[in-house]
Amino acid sequence: MGRDKVRKKGILRHWFQAAFFAVTNGYAVGFLQGKIYQGSTKALCVPGLNCYSCPGALGSCPIGALQAVLDSRSFTVSAYVMGFLMGFGALFGRLICGWMCPFGLVQDLLYKIPFVKKIKNLPGHRYLKHLRYVILALFVVILPSVVVDIVGMGKPWFCEYICPSGTLFGGIPLVAANPELQSATGGLFVWKVSLLVVTGVLSVISYRPFCKYVCPLGAIYGWFNPVALYRYTVDAGKCTQCGACQKVCRMDIKVWEKPNSVDCIRCGDCKNVCPEGAIVSTWEKRKEKSRKRGR
Amino acid sequence: MKKIVNFLNKQTWKGVALLGLSILLMIVGVVREEPATVLQKAVHICMECIGIG
Repeated sequence: MGRDKVRKKGILRHWFQAAFFAVTNGYAVGFLQGKIYQGSTKALCVPGLNCYSCPGALGSCPIGALQAVLDSRSFTVSAYVMGFLMGFGALFGRLICGWMCPFGLVQDLLYKIPFVKKIKNLPGHRYLKHLRYVILALFVVILPSVVVDIVGMGKPWFCEYICPSGTLFGGIPLVAANPELQSATGGLFVWKVSLLVVTGVLSVISYRPFCKYVCPLGAIYGWFNPVALYRYTVDAGKCTQCGACQKVCRMDIKVWEKPNSVDCIRCGDCKNVCPEGAIVSTWEKRKEKSRKRGR
Repeated sequence: MKKIVNFLNKQTWKGVALLGLSILLMIVGVVREEPATVLQKAVHICMECIGIG
């Protein structure tokens, strides 16, 4: 019963992810012509890791935007992008990772490919899960701000050397459709495609390795999980600590102990599998309260 | 037995406060004309992002 609910709700989540991608990347002409959208909506950030050089992108990636402001000559901090990140985080926390991130969807789909032995975590998980904070500090904040050229301009280190989302949604479609860009590819493009391939292969074996170990955006949103308006609560009266939630959780969280763990991407599998219905989101709780009041 | 976490009200207020702060930060950013920098970067193909450098 619970497993069936997990499967059905999982399919619903994937449709939502796909629809969200379609809405935020609706400039279809860009894919055909190898161009990007140039409208003013690009001054706004979308919640997920959605490269602004994706031909269809109508908004900006918050991590790309943060680096763009930090590596410019005019600013040393970005109140604007921090405001977006804080706003999205305070509303949703990592619900964004589970439901609104295009690269999360890609990893979800890759994990559906059958493999001899799926593993929950990569070897060294205990230490690797802190890597995303190092990447956030070093590649997103410090290097773009500190390493500058003679006119005071830095560069987006995370986008340039790490981000596989940019390669997949921006690099490959643009290079495929644009002969001028094809002639400009070199060692860096090979490096980035290699990183994308490694991420893809690991995503078949283990669930969302990029989100678990690398993503700086997930690292930021994770901090908001305990205080976001969308949170999970565990009803102590109902919970029997049977462990069904941790067993189904592909992020390997002991939900009954830490329902608002920084690692939780709010996929909802734990809520759907719980035999006692002990795990609920704050939104569901509020809906339930208002329904009771209405009776 | 581990403590079961359930702290709805206090945490909700923290979330609301952060949401208010985020709006304030965005306004500060707009006054400082940061959106123009973001837009300037986002409307041109980011060579670094796509792996051309």
